[in-house]
Amino acid sequence: MKTGSRLEKVLEKGVFAVTSECGPPRGADPDVIREKGKLLEGVVDAANITDCQTSMVRMSSLASCLILKEMGFDPILQMVTRDRNRIAIQSDILGAAALGINNILCLSGDHQRFGDHPQAKNVYDIDSIQLIMTVKKMRDEGKFLNDQELTKAPQLFIGAAANPFADPFEIRALRLAKKVAAGAEFIQTQCIFNLERFAEWMRQVVDMGLHERVAILAGVTPLKSAGMGKYMKNLVPGMDVPEAVIERLKGVPKEKQGAEGIKICIETILRLREIQGVRGVHIMAIEWEEKVREIAEGAGLLPRPKV
Amino acid sequence: MIVAEAKPIADIVAMIDRYDKIILAGCKACVAVCAAGGEKEVGILASAITLARKRDGRAIEIREVTLERQCDPEYVEQIRGFAGDYQAILSIACGVGVQYMAEHYKAIPALPGLNTSFMGGSLEQGVWSERCQGCGTCILHLTGGICPVTRCSKSLFNGPCGGSSGGKCEVDKEIECGWQLIIDRLKALGEFESRFAEIFPLKDWSTSRDGGQRKIVREDLKQ
Amino acid sequence: MRLDYPPNVKIVRVPCTGKVDLLHILKAFEEGVDGVYVAGCLEGECHFLRGNLRAKKRVMHVKRILTALGINPERLQMYNLSAAMGGRFAEIAQEMTEKVRALGPSPIKTGKGREFVEGQGEEKGQ
Repeated sequence: MKTGSRLEKVLEKGVFAVTSECGPPRGADPDVIREKGKLLEGVVDAANITDCQTSMVRMSSLASCLILKEMGFDPILQMVTRDRNRIAIQSDILGAAALGINNILCLSGDHQRFGDHPQAKNVYDIDSIQLIMTVKKMRDEGKFLNDQELTKAPQLFIGAAANPFADPFEIRALRLAKKVAAGAEFIQTQCIFNLERFAEWMRQVVDMGLHERVAILAGVTPLKSAGMGKYMKNLVPGMDVPEAVIERLKGVPKEKQGAEGIKICIETILRLREIQGVRGVHIMAIEWEEKVREIAEGAGLLPRPKV
Repeated sequence: MIVAEAKPIADIVAMIDRYDKIILAGCKACVAVCAAGGEKEVGILASAITLARKRDGRAIEIREVTLERQCDPEYVEQIRGFAGDYQAILSIACGVGVQYMAEHYKAIPALPGLNTSFMGGSLEQGVWSERCQGCGTCILHLTGGICPVTRCSKSLFNGPCGGSSGGKCEVDKEIECGWQLIIDRLKALGEFESRFAEIFPLKDWSTSRDGGQRKIVREDLKQ
Repeated sequence: MRLDYPPNVKIVRVPCTGKVDLLHILKAFEEGVDGVYVAGCLEGECHFLRGNLRAKKRVMHVKRILTALGINPERLQMYNLSAAMGGRFAEIAQEMTEKVRALGPSPIKTGKGREFVEGQGEEKGQ
């Protein structure tokens, strides 16, 4: 055990982990986080706070993590390299640790062209893999990037993202290997609809022995409707939604599509549990956080163990 | 070459509104190659400005001149003889040329007729694409001759990111994923195994624009 | 063929419309002509293969410049016809003359300002 992270404890105990995420508000109201948090109480081992996802300005991940922590959660700070240079990054890492936030998910971040301020100058001083290295260096060597000693090392459990559905497919496991070599300890994947392709990726990952060095949490998302499925299939980069899934949703009257989407999500989780190397699930119910409990329950993941 | 593009004619006409006698200075180097500021473009712009003035019942005297380059003092000096007779210099060289005009002819304003954009090359006639962002520490030998700073929208050194799809960048389907290109090239060169597994260390951006205005000195060439 | 066409049309002969430069058209307007048309071979039948296609692109480019300057781009047109089409030649001359006459004298001659705002059609009362 390296850190005070509950997620790390759960994984070390060999329990199938459950995480979910909260999107912060586009305003200064802390109660929005508290409401979303309430929906996840007792459902997750740790909860992510996204960092200006799709480059839309939202309340900062660090501030939102603190609000979740005060409610008793083990928050996962998502940090992108799009908006801050290595000075601010190291500073925020120290800040997060000082506030008792135990987990960090290291990302490059969506390009600002997607967001509401496309005229902004981006940073990308370092990339996600270099960010993983940075956290590891600060935690395990007690040093800044310039090799100077810092006074108290931040104890953070290091995570990264993986997208088995991006191209080129044949290097995706290799890229995961790089993240593991850099110091990643847990992975959350992009949401999975194409189980065959995911299983193939996991085979490559297991072949390389990576599943023993990093805890892979498979991402799932409940589709609210066939329309949402089509949107994600066609307009979200790096997303693979098989036609069969959309057809299944279309085969059900519109008002019942949401329930069908949740059924699909639960079935997906049950199938993912059977795949070697999958050590948990990351439920991303975008703007549908109230359904996370139902999904976790339906997949037999509740109650969460006390660690 | 440095690639630039003409500013909208309406903007240029507005910029020179208060002047009746201007020098319109083109350049025979980069901007001529990308058809933005060469001798031909000087003629066309002079005619367009004249049309705008005549339309409004006003006059303008335009001295058309195209210099070899506007980034060497010797060439910029060539208009010394008549510069004093004019109220402004409208330069359709790149941003460097406009500034050289401003530095050499302090008494009159130097105005930019172009928007200077990037360092790049032609893909085909009439199409120019960015290739270099002048980071100051070239690593093209490590990435199969393809620049991750320029060709990757996020300038990742350990790409590709999760948004790479069908060889295209998530930002725009017209943009090729720089890292897909690098991977393909490394494979073709037989360098994939040796180069891709290595984690690229953090970039030293201090040699890029991040470090402030740059200067290169060749002591052996200085007088 | 001894067909009549309006006397206000001044013909500038070129071996191929591909020889017509942006500046030739712009200078003509600068001199105060009310309209310009470029008559090239039928598309696909250019003796020099693609000269008339280049001319078409250049005409489009000058139309954009004219529009940006508030001069009605209808004053400039590209036409395609073969050398044998004498009747069509006279027809075009007539058509263009009528069109330009309807537009009135070029604002370059009158000096009264923009006659055209992009997206809003012609301004009245100039």
